[in-house]
Amino acid sequence: MSIQIQLAYLLAAFLFALGLKLMSSPETARWGNLASACAMLLTVVVTLLHTEVVEYWWILVGVLIGSAIGSFAATRLQLTEMPELVALFNGFGGGASLLVGWEAYHRQPLQDPLGAVTILLAVVIGGVTLSGSLVAWGKLREIGWGSVRLSRPLLFPGQQPINFLLLALLCLGSVLYALDSPESQTLFLVLMALAFLLGIMVVVPIGGADMPVVISLLNSYSGLAACAAGFVIFNNILIVAGALVGASGLILTNIMCKAMNRSLTNVLFSGFGAVAGKAGKDVGGDPRPISAEDAYFVLEAARSVIFVPGYGLAVAQAQHGVMELGEYLEDNGCEVRYAVHPVAGRMPGHMNVLLAEANVSYDLLVEMEDVNPTMETVDVCVVIGANDVVNPAARDDPDSPIYGMPIIEVDRARVVIVLKRSMATGFAGIENPLFYKDNTRMLFGDAKSSLHSVLGEFKGN
Amino acid sequence: MSGDLIFLMFILMLTVFLGLELISKVPATLHTPLMSGSNAISGITLVGALLAAGAADSTPLSIGLGTAAVTLATINVVGGYLVTQRMLAMFKKKRGDRK
Repeated sequence: MSIQIQLAYLLAAFLFALGLKLMSSPETARWGNLASACAMLLTVVVTLLHTEVVEYWWILVGVLIGSAIGSFAATRLQLTEMPELVALFNGFGGGASLLVGWEAYHRQPLQDPLGAVTILLAVVIGGVTLSGSLVAWGKLREIGWGSVRLSRPLLFPGQQPINFLLLALLCLGSVLYALDSPESQTLFLVLMALAFLLGIMVVVPIGGADMPVVISLLNSYSGLAACAAGFVIFNNILIVAGALVGASGLILTNIMCKAMNRSLTNVLFSGFGAVAGKAGKDVGGDPRPISAEDAYFVLEAARSVIFVPGYGLAVAQAQHGVMELGEYLEDNGCEVRYAVHPVAGRMPGHMNVLLAEANVSYDLLVEMEDVNPTMETVDVCVVIGANDVVNPAARDDPDSPIYGMPIIEVDRARVVIVLKRSMATGFAGIENPLFYKDNTRMLFGDAKSSLHSVLGEFKGN
Repeated sequence: MSGDLIFLMFILMLTVFLGLELISKVPATLHTPLMSGSNAISGITLVGALLAAGAADSTPLSIGLGTAAVTLATINVVGGYLVTQRMLAMFKKKRGDRK
């Protein structure tokens, strides 16, 4: 590789790192993305000048098709569909790395053990990422056949032994392949199939509320797959960029796990939603419903209000209604903030994007640790489509399956208004004592129409 | 060749540390754009795909694999950056311009 190309890669590596650095604040984040995109453009252009690249026809075909699909998806998609899109893109990244590894193998099947191992790593990590992401995508899209919903955790007896067997087979096959028969096409294809199967098996038992962890993890894998592809073709920029993505995914995974007070192995192997039969204590008491009109009176008198959004907000597309209500309250002299739990929604930062879409100023968004200590001074907490992340059982009830998970302690506010379709339990199937507390009022109905009724009261008065 | 490998492993190790440092400073508000942005970055494998699809003396299978890799990686890169930009454009601070 010529020195010019290497120097360009060096500049690109700098721009990638700078891009991530600029992501540390919403004000500079756009420049960060731009820096990163420039780095990518630079890398691609100088790679095309590489002496080994002589055929441009097929590259042109791939780039044209890819750009058309990519830009169509990015510009036409509803923002509520972001989790699906991110899952799918993760898969494509893994898939591309798999194909690069496969092509390297096909071009030169007789590798030394080291070469064989790197190719295998790219293919296996890429394969797991691709199939796992496709399953995750299916779960987020709520794909199903009849009564079988992919979004429900799928558990069956012997699941874990089978997974470990798969993993063992994969390891054994890899060792065989690396040491013994790198030219064996069959073994190579079998290993690739095993990787696909493993990706599917690992994601299938995971439920909707655990999706943020899985998406973060697959994000990390897509970076690691690119890294492995970098070792296959001995290319440093692939390793730099891949490692940055790998690290990013790891950090997000870690944050998500901490926010649920669970270990990664617990998320990956326990199929949370299905074990919640022992749903914690029966809390007793009756929930107190409230009408939109009464909710208006409560909110109208409030001096400080905190909105707590959850996945239900995304489902009901209620973000614009929340913003509008927030503005009316602000005009009414009330202090309005939005508290977002790290695992609210289906991917890291899901709620923040929805609120940003609805033009909620980002400095009104507060994090769980900052809002909890001041909760006593809050007049009204409005919980919209959130359930487990505000469940006081996580704090008070050692028998609860979610005991120890950090929550937004809305029950300590003076009044809590919960917007909810019915009394059904949340995703995890756990009873929520919050709904029965003395200071809680339930505003039943679709979140969007409930908000509009309350808004109607504001407009009418 | 093994000298090269060691050198690449040095790069890998140091970059992972750099990545962990940089990304732990990203606020929770930006986690989704971070994710879609880093998604676009993982499309860097496009470099490998270009080398595969553009190489001389390829068999049809090589060309097929290379072209498919270019397509997938380009979807990732183009889609990833565009959607990140679209999201980041919505993150605004607008205390002042409301009446």
